[in-house]
Amino acid sequence: MTGAIGYNFAYLDEQTKRMIRRAILKAIAIPGYQVPFASREMPMPYGWGTGGVQVTAAVLGPRDVLKVIDQGADDTTNAVSIRAFFRNTAGIATTTRTSEATVIQTRHRIPEGRLHEGQILVFQVPIPEPLRFLEPRETETRRLHALAEYGLMQVKLYEDISRHGHIATTYAYPVAVEGRYVMDPSPTPKFDNPKMDNSPALQLFGAGRERRIYAVPPYTNVRSLDFEDHPFRAQEFAEPCALCGAIGVYLDEVVMDDRGRRMFVCSDTDHCETRRAAGHRGGAFGL
Amino acid sequence: MNAISPGFADPALDGQCVFRAVMEALARPARPRRLAGLAGPPPPLTPELAAIALALADHETPLWLDAPLHQAPAVPAFLRFHTGAPIAEHPAAATFALLADPARCPSPEAFAEGTPDYPDRSTTLVFAVQRLSEDAGCWFEGPGINGRARLGTAPLPPDFPARLARNHARFPLGIDLLLTAPMLVAGLPRSIRVVAEG
Amino acid sequence: MYVAVKGGEAAIENAHRLLAHVRRGDLGVIDLSVAQIGEQLALLVARVMTEGSCYDPELAALAIKQARGDVVEAVFLVRACRTTLQRFGYAEPFDTGAMRAKRRVSAIFKDVPGGQVLGPTFDYTHRLLDFTLAAGLPPPPPAEAAARPDETVPRVMPLLGEEALIEPNPPERPGATVPDLTREPVAFPAERALRLQALARGDEGFVLAIGYSTQRGFGRTHPFAGEIRYGDVMLEFMPEELGFLVPLGRMSLTECEMVNQFAGGGRAPQFTRGYGLAFGQSERKAMAMALVDRSLRAAEFGEETGAPAQDGEFVLSHCDSLQATGFVEHLKLPHYVDFQAELGLLRKLRAESADASEGKDVGEMS
Repeated sequence: MTGAIGYNFAYLDEQTKRMIRRAILKAIAIPGYQVPFASREMPMPYGWGTGGVQVTAAVLGPRDVLKVIDQGADDTTNAVSIRAFFRNTAGIATTTRTSEATVIQTRHRIPEGRLHEGQILVFQVPIPEPLRFLEPRETETRRLHALAEYGLMQVKLYEDISRHGHIATTYAYPVAVEGRYVMDPSPTPKFDNPKMDNSPALQLFGAGRERRIYAVPPYTNVRSLDFEDHPFRAQEFAEPCALCGAIGVYLDEVVMDDRGRRMFVCSDTDHCETRRAAGHRGGAFGL
Repeated sequence: MNAISPGFADPALDGQCVFRAVMEALARPARPRRLAGLAGPPPPLTPELAAIALALADHETPLWLDAPLHQAPAVPAFLRFHTGAPIAEHPAAATFALLADPARCPSPEAFAEGTPDYPDRSTTLVFAVQRLSEDAGCWFEGPGINGRARLGTAPLPPDFPARLARNHARFPLGIDLLLTAPMLVAGLPRSIRVVAEG
Repeated sequence: MYVAVKGGEAAIENAHRLLAHVRRGDLGVIDLSVAQIGEQLALLVARVMTEGSCYDPELAALAIKQARGDVVEAVFLVRACRTTLQRFGYAEPFDTGAMRAKRRVSAIFKDVPGGQVLGPTFDYTHRLLDFTLAAGLPPPPPAEAAARPDETVPRVMPLLGEEALIEPNPPERPGATVPDLTREPVAFPAERALRLQALARGDEGFVLAIGYSTQRGFGRTHPFAGEIRYGDVMLEFMPEELGFLVPLGRMSLTECEMVNQFAGGGRAPQFTRGYGLAFGQSERKAMAMALVDRSLRAAEFGEETGAPAQDGEFVLSHCDSLQATGFVEHLKLPHYVDFQAELGLLRKLRAESADASEGKDVGEMS
């Protein structure tokens, strides 16, 4: 991303920002409902986070501090690229520290540490419609949401149980928001679902290609769909992070060599670095 | 014909500031927050109503004005000039409704409440009230509120709590409400419930 | 080792520099000029303008150069530029009947008023590689025609309209707002104006394949090429403050009007229409678009639906090359967090299945 001289603050023109902002306000007022919006072509491809980028651009102000993560990491290529985009077009401060950020744009993860009031978490969403793979037609899924008719989803999850003994959905695991709309949490691992519930932060979701924006306000009930005899359970990892020793966090499996040696490390790089700075050490350091 | 008074000094940054205040107000209902008004709009348009209109309205969003605003010729002219928004004849056609005299607000059913397929196609009402406080008024619960919250505000229609309850009962349809007082804005989206009258 | 799987700012910067270098290629070979692309790759420029939905041959030529000749990438560059352009208003509708036609053919009459004008076409060329081109020899000058290029040619379709043999065009609606695909999200079912916009911007290969499928029986419409014309029209704009028309310039277009199987129902049987329009000389696109336009009107005529080409939601949701390429290509972005989740589940299921086959009791596992 080289210079962006000649473009408006945060790239988008004011008319586009107003349009996106209006969609965000409706999304907040109707938690979990997907508001259609006139997504614009952005200077990065669809699938690279154009929805998240448009939401972030509409929200950002000069005093914001932005953090961008992909797979939980600040230094993945696309996170680096999006961060640079906003540094160049909005001239705002960026950070890798979750606690210092006012706006966090994310792909596929929610940071491990509890977010605080005033923070905004912006998710990049590929397929916003939780019912899409059960019913490909927008006209149909829209009607199902209008009627709060979610039997299809329950049937799908139950079929998993009868086939595999478990619900076989491990990411993009559907949630019900305030007991009304069933919502796609974006392709975060279901490990992150409980963090969406009653979060002090505002959660905004942008799907550029599919032209939808939706939201979960702070302190909102977000429940992962499940059954009485098969309650929702997040993934658990058998071992702690090899670098910082953290337990109860999501881990990346890193292949060490061609003999299949593996190491498990925090997917949230800031969480891992903060812990190591505080003196925590994991097994990779021979402890 | 007087000259039309100026809009935002910096449309990008001022608009963003107003939007963030409004977004926070709807995301954390019944909690008044600071809103920088727009200096010198034609009365009875208040600085806060003017700021919200200029930040959010444009040619795609019909505006409905209540009688005091509609009858002051400078107000529609000011809003048309700065936003390009058409002035709606009927409240149900409006994306935003601005009210300088909220005590005489039409009932929520007069405005657009959206459709079951598209509940977002609804009117957002913006009231200019005289005061907003967190130590009096109705108690509310719902998304965005940690536990309960109360919001004291005046003047309002006498059956205001009943109207809000009716509006919430239609969820996900319904109108969303922004209340502005000097330098303040608070939100009461359709998603919140009145749990006790103040 | 851990850091190796992560990219960095320097890596991205270096990749961009390498791309610029590779794009230029051997410095001993003369640099391709934007003017050369505009003059000699005019059909590619037309396609990029059409799918980029922005009429600017120079911009499109630059995009083609920058994209190393990748059409979708060039369309992307044009679209990304287009969204940032300020809108002053809407141009007046133009009359393609007033087109200065460089080419005009009709397949439904042997001869038509104004004649069949072949113009610059590949149609009857023998597709033999021309090695004189490789040698860079200039072509012989074109034949001087008696026809005056300024002359407009009358449309073919009104010949059918006189006898009411074809459905009338939709009536003009002066002052009516036309929906804009790029300014509002499409809701299904989408009206014809939106469908035509989507098809015009749609990927030529996709629209061609869908159009082709109707000819093979998946939503058959019995098409005849009523008229195909290519030439220039004048674009005009009425500034509100001036109150009179201001010419903006000439625009080169290809238009196709298909005549399709007749519809009966309640009314007297009439042929039906399919319409295609594209920037520059884009005949294949305009024709394919006209086929798909007609097949998407199936429900309007009470015809059976069910073929892909009759399904507006299917066609409109998948015809855009940028949306398609973005979502397909995004698979190369890291997905290791989700993959880890799947790995974990699969290992657990396999462990359970191994236990079960050994007849062990499988306890509840997390």
